[in-house]
Amino acid sequence: MAKLIGGITTSHIPAIGVAMDKHLEDTPYYRDLFAIYPPIREWLQQEKPDIAVLFYNDHGLEMFLDKKPTFAIGCAPEYHNADEGWGINPIPPVTGETELSWHIVNHLIDNDFDPTVCQDIKVDHGATVPLTLLWPNFTYQGIKVIPVSINCERHPMPKPSRSYAFGQAIGDAIRSWDSDQKVVVLGTGGLSHQLDGQRAGILNGDFDNDCMDKLVNDPEALCQYSNADLIEKGGAQMVELAMWMAMRGTMTGEVKEVLRSYVSPISNTGVGVQLLVNT
Amino acid sequence: MSDNQLRAVEGTIHFDGPMATKGFRFNKMCYSFNSEDNRQAFRDDPEAYMERFGISDEQRQAVRDQDIIRMLELGGSIYYMAKFAIIFGWNMQIIGGMQTGRTTEEFKAYLESQGRGKHHG
Repeated sequence: MAKLIGGITTSHIPAIGVAMDKHLEDTPYYRDLFAIYPPIREWLQQEKPDIAVLFYNDHGLEMFLDKKPTFAIGCAPEYHNADEGWGINPIPPVTGETELSWHIVNHLIDNDFDPTVCQDIKVDHGATVPLTLLWPNFTYQGIKVIPVSINCERHPMPKPSRSYAFGQAIGDAIRSWDSDQKVVVLGTGGLSHQLDGQRAGILNGDFDNDCMDKLVNDPEALCQYSNADLIEKGGAQMVELAMWMAMRGTMTGEVKEVLRSYVSPISNTGVGVQLLVNT
Repeated sequence: MSDNQLRAVEGTIHFDGPMATKGFRFNKMCYSFNSEDNRQAFRDDPEAYMERFGISDEQRQAVRDQDIIRMLELGGSIYYMAKFAIIFGWNMQIIGGMQTGRTTEEFKAYLESQGRGKHHG
C-alpha cells in the first residue's frame, strides 16, 4: 500500500514567487524566510516522496465565480500555470498522477465527499509557490503532484472541521492505494493576514503559533473554530487554515513536529512552516 | 452557530453570496486581467472596457477614483481586484495603505510593528 510519509505546511504568498523570480532570497527582507526551507528540502531529498498531494486555494486563475467548486481535485496528467495578473512568472508544467487521483475520487465519493473532478485545470501561485519553494530550480518536475483546491474566497466556504474531515478521507484513500509509492502532503496558505477592508494589515502571531501548536497535538480543538472565528482572530484570509486542516486530517496516530518556523510579516502575511511526521 | 451566518467584523466586508451577486460583472472584468491583451485594452480605453463588461455607474466611478474600499462595498472581491496591480502599479502594501488611510511606508511600518521572527530586515 502507498505510504504517507509526512505533511508540510507553508505559505504561498505571491510576493515569495516574485522574490524567487528576482533572486531576492538573500536580501535582508527575505533572508529569514528563505532560511526556513533548506532543512525541509534535505528531508525531502532523504525521504524521496514520489507524489505530493497539495492542498491549495485558487485565487482567480482557473476558478472564477461563475463555476466555483467548494472542493476540487485534479485528475490530470499535467497541470499548467499561467499569467494570473499578479506579476509572477509562470512556471513550467507540473506532472500529475492520474491513477491515485481517481483512486482518491472513488474513495471520497464512496465516503460522502463529492468534490468537483478536474481533468484540465490551471494551477495558480497557491500551488506553484510551495512547489518552487520546496523543490527549487524546477526540480518539482521530478515528482508527481495532485492538486486539491478548497474555496477560501467566497462565503460560504467549508468549516475548518469539514476541511479536516475531507483530509481524513483523502488520507484513508492514500493508505488504501495498492502501490509502493511514497506520498507527502502539503497544506498551503495562511496564516494570519487580511488583504481587504479598513482592517487590512492585521497580523496575529500569538494566534498563528497557537494554531501551529494545536495542529500538531490537538487538531480537534481547531475544528471548533468557525470561519468567522478565524476571520476575527487572524484576518479575512486566515480562512486559508482550511488547507492546513486538510493536510493534518490526512495524518493518523501520533504526530511529531520535526520543524517549525514563523516569520512575519512577509508581504502582508504571517508565514508559518511546519514539517510533521508520524512517530 | 451556523458558519454561514457571518457575524460582523469591524473593517471587514465579508465576500458572501449577496456581495458576489452584486459584484459579478465587476469581478468578471477584473478576472479578465489575467491576460496582457485585456490589460492593455483597459489601459488604452478604460471607459470602453468597463462599458463592455456592463459594470454599474457606481463601480465605474470607484475604478476612476481608484477607491478600493468602495469597490469592495460594491461587491468587489480582493482576489480579482488585485489583478489591477500590474495596470495601476500597485502591490499589496500600496493597496493596504490605500484602504487604511496610510502611506505605503506607514502601512509597511504597521505590518512590521506586529511582526516577529525577522532578524535581518
